[in-house]
Amino acid sequence: MLHSIRVRRSQGWQFIPDVRKADPKGFRGLPHISEKPCAEGCAACRDICPTGAIALEPFRLDLGLCIFCGECAEVCPQDKVVFTNDYKMAATTREALVRTDGDRAMTPPVADATFKKLFGRSLKLRQVSAGGCNGCELELNAAANVNFDMGRWGIDWVASPRHADGLVLSGPITVNMATALRLAWDGMPAPKLVIAVGSCAISGAPYVDGTVDRSFLGEFTPQLYIPGNPPHPLTFVNGLLDLLGIKK
Amino acid sequence: MTPLQPVALARTADLPVFAGAEFTRALARRVGAGARLLTYYGRPADDPAEVVLTAALIEADGLQLLRGAVKRDQPLFAISKDLPQFQAYEREIHEQHGLALPGHPWLKPMRFEGRNLGRMDDYAFYQIDGKEVHEVNVGPIHAGVIEPGCFRFSCHGEVVYHLEIHNGYQHRGVERLLLTRPLGHLAALVERIAGDSSIAYAWAHARAVEALAGVEVDPSVDFNRAVALELERIAMHLVGLSGLTTDIGFLQGSSTYGRIRTAAINASMRVCGSRFGRDWLRPGGVRAAVTPALVADLQKTLRQLAQDIGECNALTIESRTVQHRFKGTGIVTTAEALEIGLVGMHARACGVDMDMRTLLPGRAYGEQPVASVVEPTGDCWARMMLRIREIDASVAWLLALLERTKELPRIRAPITKLAPDSLAIAVCEGWRGPIVHAIETDSTGALRHYKVQDPSLLNWFGLALAVRNNEISDFPICNKSFDLSYAGNDL
Repeated sequence: MLHSIRVRRSQGWQFIPDVRKADPKGFRGLPHISEKPCAEGCAACRDICPTGAIALEPFRLDLGLCIFCGECAEVCPQDKVVFTNDYKMAATTREALVRTDGDRAMTPPVADATFKKLFGRSLKLRQVSAGGCNGCELELNAAANVNFDMGRWGIDWVASPRHADGLVLSGPITVNMATALRLAWDGMPAPKLVIAVGSCAISGAPYVDGTVDRSFLGEFTPQLYIPGNPPHPLTFVNGLLDLLGIKK
Repeated sequence: MTPLQPVALARTADLPVFAGAEFTRALARRVGAGARLLTYYGRPADDPAEVVLTAALIEADGLQLLRGAVKRDQPLFAISKDLPQFQAYEREIHEQHGLALPGHPWLKPMRFEGRNLGRMDDYAFYQIDGKEVHEVNVGPIHAGVIEPGCFRFSCHGEVVYHLEIHNGYQHRGVERLLLTRPLGHLAALVERIAGDSSIAYAWAHARAVEALAGVEVDPSVDFNRAVALELERIAMHLVGLSGLTTDIGFLQGSSTYGRIRTAAINASMRVCGSRFGRDWLRPGGVRAAVTPALVADLQKTLRQLAQDIGECNALTIESRTVQHRFKGTGIVTTAEALEIGLVGMHARACGVDMDMRTLLPGRAYGEQPVASVVEPTGDCWARMMLRIREIDASVAWLLALLERTKELPRIRAPITKLAPDSLAIAVCEGWRGPIVHAIETDSTGALRHYKVQDPSLLNWFGLALAVRNNEISDFPICNKSFDLSYAGNDL
């Protein structure tokens, strides 16, 4: 008992007091896109991108396809793309993830009045991995650990779909997992939301041409997109707070 | 003496090809005589009626390749009947190439790919008869935030008689995708096959590609990669310890190990931008430098980490609830581990001294050896203690390296062309065990076949044995103590 208290004391406080103002050093997060026109005929970034996230003329970088490897920024001769450690990247529409000339910080998602009323003080989430590589799963677990501690806003993981207000989807949705995903979703009581976590869930990348079945997302559009591969827990937590209209 | 290399390269024309039964006899003889089987897989031959079989063996003089060819309509007797360690490989060969393999006790699909795709529910599980025997199905979606997989228990009361593991939910068709993408795009995909082992996958891939390209990387690259690999091992062992203590309700261990992991992966992020070390390694070198400032940063982080972990370890190990739940639970004996061919940390927790970093150390671990950690008892306790001791060993190894290192620069040799008609098989000891990548090129130097092997392919069967005659309520801690990869198995 005394030993336990001693260790607890020595380990100290570990939670991040303000997840809105954290500073994850070194994190390759939101890319800023400069207004500078590209060098004529240069397509180095597009060619090196392993997931086809970049289109040219006009320049567009799709955070839904991006796996944040940063190769584009490395090959660009004129710093068109610069990755920052900004983790605020969540969006409520797929279109908002497409970044173009002059785009820097993202506009935070606007709180949804219905969600705020229903889930603002308690949001229970059922995570389903449908082909996730265990990257997103580990980061989503981390969102509930003592550092990020999303439980402080009443946001928790639950085991049963029956207890869940939302589905947190990771992975590109494999053919072999499509049925189980659908069963879990059907088991959740309405009203309910879908949150797509990571490039695999958002767009299928880098597995879009694998043995996947994306029809579920054709039927149910996510209310929140969390870019990354895997996303930082801060991206996930901030996205949820914005959606629910929680200041901090 | 130069250390044994964790990669083998051959021109395919130089490999003798044994026909059918002659090949399996030769392979069984060498494994029976004590060679360690590293991998065994098939690929389609030029002649559609034939399958080419390849095995890699670890012999006293290093990694050796053995090749055979078999007609599809010619029955090839399964080796598993005499040597059970072949069971998973032969199930995979059966599923991927349709070989009948008579004599195999249980040719269950490995991951429901190819003609089995989408048929996860179309399968008759092994059944035990008896008035009071009942079945329990768990999954594919589990209670926690983890990957999907299905477990079917045959129980008598609370006691598990048999566990059948049903995997394949994560199958994304990785091996086929690797053949359709440009060479320069492969590393990013490889790092995302089993994302908790990104570094080990990237290193095995890089080794195979570099061997085929004839590129020898600078010695500093090996050490730079080893820094990444050991940080990954520390972080994932901390995940394991946090999960194990969570599953028995020892909450202080759960929280503390979890938050110490944050410190470890944030160190990786400060070096390379990703908490999982993604995009740190690339064939031809490394993208991230360990600068003098980062050397000092890592030293400071690791010293603090060692102190914090030490405190938590002492608390965990002395706790009676931890001892009571883990000691004697989920035992796999040394004999069983050898018989079914367990690899990696799960084999070492059963008293089998098998670590690629000591068997095939390559340059980094040849120049600065790492202590192989072995625990004899094969229970959940052994798998917990092994993680604790391996973290200590990795921290010590890293601190010793950083002590004598000023910096490990960013180096990236361009790789554009691979040798034609060649085969490279490379291995890297990830935190679970050996990750094997086998790449074969065609006459133009383009990729002809890519085989990926995660240690989980072999070790899932160890979990099935571990839970036998245990209470079903102890399954979660047995499962967590193994912490195998679904995505790595399902590919």
